[in-house]
Parts: sequence; structure tokens; C-alpha cells
Amino acid sequence: MAELEAVIGLEIHVQLSTRTKMFCGCELSFGDEPNVHTCPVCLAHPGVLPVPNAEAIRYGLKIAAALECEVAPSSIFHRKNYFYPDNSKAYQISQYDQPLAVNGRLGGIRIHRAHLEEDAAKTIHLGESGRIHGSGGSLVDFNRGGTPLVEIVTEPDLRAAEEAGAWARLLRTTVRQLGVSDVNMEEGSLRIDANVSVRPAGSETLGTKTELKNMNSFRFLERGIEAELARQRELIGAGGTVEQETLHFHPEDGSLHPLRSKEQAHDYRYFPEPDLVPLAPTEAMLREARESLPELPEARMRRYEEKLGLSAENAAQLAGDPDEAAYFEAVCAAGDGIEAPTVANWVTGELAAALRQADGDSAAESKVTPEALAALIALVGEKRVSHGSGKQVLATLVAEGGDPAAIVEHEGLAQISDSGELESIVAAAVDSNPEAAEQIRSGNQKAIGAIVGAVMKQTKGRADGGEVNRLIKEKLGI
Amino acid sequence: MSGLLELSVAEAATRIQAVELSREEYFDAWREAAAGDELNAYLWRAEERAVESDGPLAGVPIAVKDLFCTEGIETTAGSRILEGHRPLYTATAVRRLTEAGAELLGKTNMDEFAMGSSNENSAYGAVLNPHDRARVPGGSSGGSAAVVAGGLAPCAIGTDTGGSIRQPAALCGIVGLKPTYGAISRYGMIAFASSLDQCGPLTRDVTDAALLLEAMQGGDPCDSTSVGIEGGIRAPRGEDLKGLRFAVPADLAHDAIEPGVRAAFEATLRRIEELGGELAEVPLPHAEHGISAYYVIAPAEASSNLARYDGVRYGTRVEPEGDVVEMYEATRAAGFGDEVKRRIMLGTYALSSGYYDAYYGRAQRVRTKIAEDFAAAFSKFDFVVTPTSPSVAFGLGEKTDDPLAMYMNDFFTVPMSLAGIPAISIPAGSAEPEGGGPQLPVGFQIAAPAFAEQRLLDAAYVLEQSLNG
Repeated sequence: MAELEAVIGLEIHVQLSTRTKMFCGCELSFGDEPNVHTCPVCLAHPGVLPVPNAEAIRYGLKIAAALECEVAPSSIFHRKNYFYPDNSKAYQISQYDQPLAVNGRLGGIRIHRAHLEEDAAKTIHLGESGRIHGSGGSLVDFNRGGTPLVEIVTEPDLRAAEEAGAWARLLRTTVRQLGVSDVNMEEGSLRIDANVSVRPAGSETLGTKTELKNMNSFRFLERGIEAELARQRELIGAGGTVEQETLHFHPEDGSLHPLRSKEQAHDYRYFPEPDLVPLAPTEAMLREARESLPELPEARMRRYEEKLGLSAENAAQLAGDPDEAAYFEAVCAAGDGIEAPTVANWVTGELAAALRQADGDSAAESKVTPEALAALIALVGEKRVSHGSGKQVLATLVAEGGDPAAIVEHEGLAQISDSGELESIVAAAVDSNPEAAEQIRSGNQKAIGAIVGAVMKQTKGRADGGEVNRLIKEKLGI
Repeated sequence: MSGLLELSVAEAATRIQAVELSREEYFDAWREAAAGDELNAYLWRAEERAVESDGPLAGVPIAVKDLFCTEGIETTAGSRILEGHRPLYTATAVRRLTEAGAELLGKTNMDEFAMGSSNENSAYGAVLNPHDRARVPGGSSGGSAAVVAGGLAPCAIGTDTGGSIRQPAALCGIVGLKPTYGAISRYGMIAFASSLDQCGPLTRDVTDAALLLEAMQGGDPCDSTSVGIEGGIRAPRGEDLKGLRFAVPADLAHDAIEPGVRAAFEATLRRIEELGGELAEVPLPHAEHGISAYYVIAPAEASSNLARYDGVRYGTRVEPEGDVVEMYEATRAAGFGDEVKRRIMLGTYALSSGYYDAYYGRAQRVRTKIAEDFAAAFSKFDFVVTPTSPSVAFGLGEKTDDPLAMYMNDFFTVPMSLAGIPAISIPAGSAEPEGGGPQLPVGFQIAAPAFAEQRLLDAAYVLEQSLNG
């Protein structure tokens, strides 16, 4: 049997961070008392009508532009009808066969469509099942009801759980940089469902898919997809067939459970929303959306690799975080004659490690100013401070901030530049480590570490590692 | 005292503005008249005057169909499911009237959620026709028509989805205007079929209808589909109908119209010619499918619009043993009447997956064809005229067991609703009902292109003056 290839598409809901809701003037909120941000419109009182939020439309167009979508000259809203207490009107205003935007791409993955809609309220069902059927009661918080959403649907272009996770992170960074959403999975401002199927490698037809829901972190997204792929592969391997169904991810144990068939047997009876006129963005609105785009992670990554010569790994790491990227560029700008790849190594390596060790903030929020880091990198580059001492200076900078040159002075960390002094320290170290010396002579290069260590201990790290190695070998005559 | 009640709204407003008539005195006279309602036309009556504003309607008491939300005042839409519902806000149309000086006199009875042509579908009992209390006033704005015709209010507003202003106006012998879709905000008007619903006046004469229309029309930020009438509306005027071209639908001859209604209609056509108007027949080939399309589109939208009445947030709630789904079912079973349930089921079916194209999609295509028929007619003619209703007021209970016969009442009014164009019904003669009896009012319908309300009102005014004179 041929190997079974994974075919994954994602459906992403992005809560927009507009000031007010999609179709009424209630403020958006997170974590406020239940049912304080409500009005007759979002509670679907008799006689009310929806009024589209212009800011939400602008945000939607920005996302469409960032995803390189074609924006429809005229898109329309539809009603998606279903009874549920989280849905005050008993229909959700969404878009159906004429969405805001189609045919985009991000990070090599095709975007099928992106459309505007409104979020449902939050419900809690009392009772064991936690579901509506058979519950003893249901509590509804309408604060969230009517929050603007953009739903983004990818083509089934992803081929592995890890790839899906990485792409989802790229999407989050991209949307975050647009300033249109908090894109926080834990808080639900970013929600990602996955459509998962498998097929024989090389096949062009799609297998039967299942829809995975409730994965509220990137890790859970990857775990959920991984588990479902394994289940489908095993099922097909054993001669079974996959049934189209919706599966609920349980974060407690990573398991997937089908929703009751009654809960997924929806006929949404879509029809055009008669209370709203078609959404026809003007040329000026489209231009504004395009022109307001900042440099997005994908483009930045390319620039870091191609123009600045960063390694692919460093470019991805720095470009993926707008704050980190800004910090990196500030260090580059502050330093004279320091190379961008060196700066990238420091920011993603030594500085990240030092901050982690100190349980500190992000680089941008730390006490290490870009100017200070640039100065330190220059000191090390000019061999005025050894690399090891440089890390010590960095630890001080993380803890207290300040000027690297002054710290070097104050802590006596200047590199030993008197070669006579270093030579005598090396000689003493070789003499006091005869066993290591013997091993080196007989070809064990690793043994040199013991002698280097002794020199570094003696000099408190102020010696240049390369120079010490050279002097030891000279002394041993090899 | 009774002299006061004879004044038209326009006359009363003029006298109040000239301080020849006291607002209190005028309002009290009407309040007293309204208190004598024996037609079951009012569901609520004002006990005192609200805060007054000045304006062109200063001091004019007005009756409002119970489909319009009025802050703090019970608004039921004629349904059990909204019994006791006190809205948190006032509908834009009502707010504009009161800002223009009008004072709320009462809320009028209606077919439940505006679904009906006889007012017998109200959860609060049928309304009686003031001309013959054994007969219906028409519907769904039957209460609004009956209070004006019965001397219980000087003017009223109602809503028209497929004829719900024009048909009761005809059956009660008053003026009823359905403006262009989008002329008046729908905000606060409880939705039946959103793409068709439009608010309008029911008055004793055309001048009063123009006065109310001008106060209510205009774009509203709360209703994305509202635009208002460019240039506004002034008092109608004119001496004759010279140079105006009136089209009579060609198929009218075949349609089931009561002989008396047909005779009155033909007499009005002759009057138009006497006034200098030109008459011609025009084909409206798709109009005959109007009823079929309407009874797909309107129930489809209604099935969605009425889904919100679930007992969760307001209105009636019936709580049986069981979960929230069972609560929905029990609430809706008890809260809605038969006709509403029938239409919800029709609409739900028409929108169902697999049936959408055959029903809703097709009905929308018919709707487009009907609009095109009218557009073609208006390229050659100023107006299209028909009888408003195929019959005079029929007896209470006469058609309640035959929904299709009831739906045929809307035969002449539905095409204009589907096309979104304005149409007015004015009293034009009377006729003996089938089966005999005293003469009953007959309505004459005039339809005009979208937003041509001023031209429509001017023509209706000329004809009214001539018919009254």
C-alpha cells in the first residue's frame, strides 16, 4: 500500500480589535462582567436592524491586502440560520457565495477566501455533558455576541501537522502586525479549525475529511492534527473508511471526540441578508488598505536573508516577531562596522540566552539598549573584550543596564593584550597539567580544553580563546 | 366638539400653529373618541399626552400600528409571543412623527406579525369594519384603517408588505399609501419580510397622507436600506390630469374581480379621462405570478425574522421539563398563531438545502421580471392603475378556512411590493358586496415609479378632489 499523504486545510477566525461590534455600537471587551456590553441590536430585540461597522470593513480589507487576495467589487452578506442560545437573532450574519476576498496566498499556501461575519455569544451549559442537549440550564454572556470576525479559509495545501502549526504562526504574526486583532489563541481572538484528510501519496483526488475544532493553542493544533492523521492512517490501513464528521479536541488528554450527529446535522438555510446592501469597496478604500500595510514577516524574512545575509534560521526567527525585528534593526543601525549576521547571532543567541536566564523581558523591553548591545558587539569584534567576557558584560547589562565600555573598565574585563603576560600564564598552565599536555602531544586534541580552561580561570576569561589555543600549541611544539 | 373631529389633519395642524386651536382641547377630543372604540381596533390608548414638540404636525394625535416599537409602551405585533413586551426604544418613523409635533394616541390592532388580509389573525381578536361590523376591515393594518375610518383617530400609520396598508384602506374607505421601499426607515418596525416591509400613512385624504409621509421619510443611519425621497414631499396640488398617461394592466379583464368593484373601477377610469388623463392598456405579463413569488419570498424571510422569538431574552416563555431546546419548542408552539406557524413552515421549506433554487431562487427571478415589467410600463406611462382589492370588505370568518382565497386579496397590491415602487389606494366609489347588502367602499390603486411619490400624490389629489366634488 502506498504511503498516505496528509492533506490539511485551515479555517481561521480572527476577532477584529475594532472599538465596537460588527453591527451595533456596543464596545468590545474581554473579561468584563457578563452582559454589560449589550443593546437592543446585539440582543436581537424586535424591530432592530444591523448597521455595518466601517472600521471592521477597513480591517477586513487590510487582511485581504496582506493575504494578497482579490477583493470582490461587490460582496454580500447572508443569513446563516440556526437555533442556539449563543445566537440572539437565530441567524448569524456572515458571507456565503460572494465573500469579501478570494484567491490569496501567504507563505506559499493558497488562501481560498476571506470574509466578514459576526461572532456568537458565549454559552455555558450546566450539567455533566457540557453540551446543550440534556443540560440542566444554559448561561449566556452576550458581551462577545456581535464581535467582528474575519474568517480565512486556506486551500488544502498543508502536508504535515508541524507545517500547519508553522504556517498558523506566520499568519498570526502577519495579522498582529496589521494591528487589526490581538490574535491570541488562549483568549479566543484567534481560533483555528483544521480540515484533515489523507490520500495515497501522488494522488490528486482528496480523501474524506474530518473537521477538527477546539484547539486553542498552536501546540494543540499540531497535536490534534497529528492525532487525527494517525487515526485516519490506522483506519485506512485496517481497511476502513473515514467518515465525514466534526471532531472536538480535548486538551486534557489530546483526544478527539465526534460531536453528536444531532448537533452537526445543520441546514443553515442561507439566503441574502435583506437588511444590508451589498458591500462595494471604493477604489480609495482598496488603495488605503494596500498603502497602510507595514512590511510583513514574509517580505522581511526575504530581505534579511537576501539583503542582510542572515542564515535562514535567524531570518525566520527575527522576522517572525515584529518587536524582535525592530530591535535587531536598531542594533544594526546603532553600531558602526558591525555585520548584520553577527548582530543576528547575538540577538537570537547570547542576548536571548541571557534574558532567559534572568527570566527577563523581551529584548525591546529589557535594560539592554540597542546602542549598548551594538557597542558590546563592537568591543568583542575589535578583540578588546573576549567573547567570554562579553557574555559577562551582557549579564550585567541585562541586570542593570549601562554602558559596556564602563562595565568592562569597572569589572576589569579588558582582554589581556600583553602577549608576554599571556605567554607566561599559558606556560604555567601547561606545566601544572602534565597529563593533558601528554594527551595532546599524543594526538588527543580534545584534551586542550583542560588547559584552556585553566588559562581562562586564571585570567577570569579576559584572554582571547583563539590566541590561548595558539600559544598552548606553540608551547607544546605542535 | 364633534366639529373638531371633522377637521383634516392638515387643517387642525394649521389652526394649532396659528393658536386658533388648543393642543390640549384637540387631543382630548380625540382621546375621548378613541375611548369609544367598539371595533377592537386599539390595543393600547394613551391616558395622557406625552412631552410635546413643535413642528408641522404639532398637536396631531396619531394612531400607530402595534408593529412599531414605542419605548416603554407595550408592543406586541398582534402576537401572544410578545405579550407584555415593552421596547427599550422607539421606531424611527414614530420618533420622526413625534419630533414633528405629533402625539401618540394609541397602538392599533393588526394581524399577527402583519401576516393576514383580514385582521382575523390577531392574537387579541378580530377588528370590525366600521362600515359593517359583521365584516373585516382588511389587513394586516386593519386596526389603523378602522380607527381612521371609524372616527377613532385623525390619522394612523401602518406597514405594507404585500398590500397591508392599501387593502385595509380600500376596505375601510380611506387613503393608504405604501411609499417606495427605502423611503422611510424600517428601524423599530418589527420585521415580517425585510425586503418588502415599508411603513406608510393611513389617512382621510391625500393631503394628510403627504403631510405624514414628509414627516417620516428620510435616510436613517440605523437602517442601511433607507435613503429617503430626494427633495422631500410638499402638499399635493393640481387641477387636472392633462398630459398624464395612465396604464391599465391588460390582463385585468380576466381576473376574478367582483362586478361591483369592476364597475366602480371603470367609472374611475372614465373620471380620469374627463380630467384630461390618457388611458391605455399595458402588458404586465409576470404580474400574475406575483402572488406565487410573494408567498415564497415573504414566508422565507419571515421564517428567519421570527426565529428570534425563542423565549430566551424577552416575551413569552413556556418552560416545560427539559432542556432549552424543549423550551424553544414549547414557547413557539404556544406563542405563535396558526397563520404565523404556517408561513414559518412554508418559508423554512423554501429555504431548505436542495429546495432553495426551485423556490426562493426562482421567486427572486420572478420578482426581477415583475420589476422589469413595471420599468417597461413606466418608460411609456406615468402611472399604472388597478382596483386595490378584487372585492369589497368580506364577512368575518368567510375566508379563514381557505388560506389561498385569503392570499388572493393581495393579487393587485403584491406586484408593486415586489417591485419596491410606491402605490396609493384612494376611496373611489362603492359597490354592493356579492350576495347583496349595503354599499361598501371600493379602493382605486395608483402606482408610480420608485421615488415618484410627489407626482403620485399630486395625481391622487386631483382625482380625489374630483371624486369628492
